[in-house]
Amino acid sequence: MLTKKVKNRIIFLSLVIFSILIISITLFKILEKNLLYFLTPTEISNIQDTKLNKVYRIGGMVKKDSIKASKDEIKFIVTDFKNEILVSYSGSIPNLFAEGKGVVVEGELKDKKYVIAKKILAKHDENYMPPELKDIMKDVK
Amino acid sequence: MRIQLYFFNSLCNSQLGKISTSLKSQFNVKKRMFKYFSFSSIFKIIENLIKFINSIFFIILIIGLTFALIISPQDYLQGETVRIMYIHVPSAWIALGCYSAIFFLSILNFIFKIKNFFIISKSIAPIGLFFTCLAVVTGSIWGKPTWGTWWAWDARLTSMIILIIFYVSYILSIKLIKNDSLKSKISTSLIVIGAINIPIIKFSVDWWNTLHQPSSITITGTNTIHTSMIIPLVLMLLVFLIYCALIFLMKYKTEIIRIKKKNLTNYD
Repeated sequence: MLTKKVKNRIIFLSLVIFSILIISITLFKILEKNLLYFLTPTEISNIQDTKLNKVYRIGGMVKKDSIKASKDEIKFIVTDFKNEILVSYSGSIPNLFAEGKGVVVEGELKDKKYVIAKKILAKHDENYMPPELKDIMKDVK
Repeated sequence: MRIQLYFFNSLCNSQLGKISTSLKSQFNVKKRMFKYFSFSSIFKIIENLIKFINSIFFIILIIGLTFALIISPQDYLQGETVRIMYIHVPSAWIALGCYSAIFFLSILNFIFKIKNFFIISKSIAPIGLFFTCLAVVTGSIWGKPTWGTWWAWDARLTSMIILIIFYVSYILSIKLIKNDSLKSKISTSLIVIGAINIPIIKFSVDWWNTLHQPSSITITGTNTIHTSMIIPLVLMLLVFLIYCALIFLMKYKTEIIRIKKKNLTNYD
């Protein structure tokens, strides 16, 4: 039913799409490290040649009961429930920054367990619910 | 109805051959129209659809906005900012959907050489571009109070910018290239290359660490959005889809008029 021309075009197109797929997959395999917006504390501790004073972005949860706020500085612990990193920061904090919530910290690594942050971003999770429901859930817990 | 009548009329006329002079001139006009019968019938349907959409659009818009702005609750964490989601999420979906539609239509056009598909994808492209920009802008406005920054070069946001670039280059290739066959070749290849970006946008939040949160609504059915927030989301999606249909039909109509005019001038 299909004419030869149409068949040829289908073959040509599938070849093109296939090659584009192959190229992009290899490209993303090469670039994989650069595509990460932040590293988790575990990934930081796994880096062999950690360059100190280099700027990293570290993401994880703010550990419960770890926020210590003094006059012009705030200290807290970022955790991915395997490894932890202590963060000290002075500056403005986003509204959604809270204990037990996601956070992305951008700053200089002083050693593998300590970072001086220059910027803090709050990471919102995928949960959306009305406040009343949250209270009910707290009561159940 | 009118189309059917007209069809029947012209059939009778040609079969019986008893045509008065007044009818004769009318018939000549109809005969000329008959040459573009497919387009003419499409044209009528489009006009009726536009009228229909115009009649229902504002009602659905008002219902959707009432749900999104008044009835739906605040978020436990974001507060009122959550309402931006009702614009952001549907427009992002539509942006991806438009691109996928253009992709499939372009492929079909490339294989089977159906000119109409090219016209349809040409009419869809500006809608897709508009909604991509809308998703990026509303996302940025949402990001400032939530994340604490207007912009972050994470995988999701960057791939959306790349989507804008592909939309713009596709539209420019259609606008700027005058040679018809070259135009369809270049625009199709642009769309095919850019199509790899679509799964990247969709899965970027799952494959890599991003600042953007993972999707709350999944095909498998596990939602992390409360039902009272899904209702306005779906309503706003409906509003946007109807708006898209309206804009698409108007654009498509213009394209048909343009082609008809071109053909008429060619024949004269």
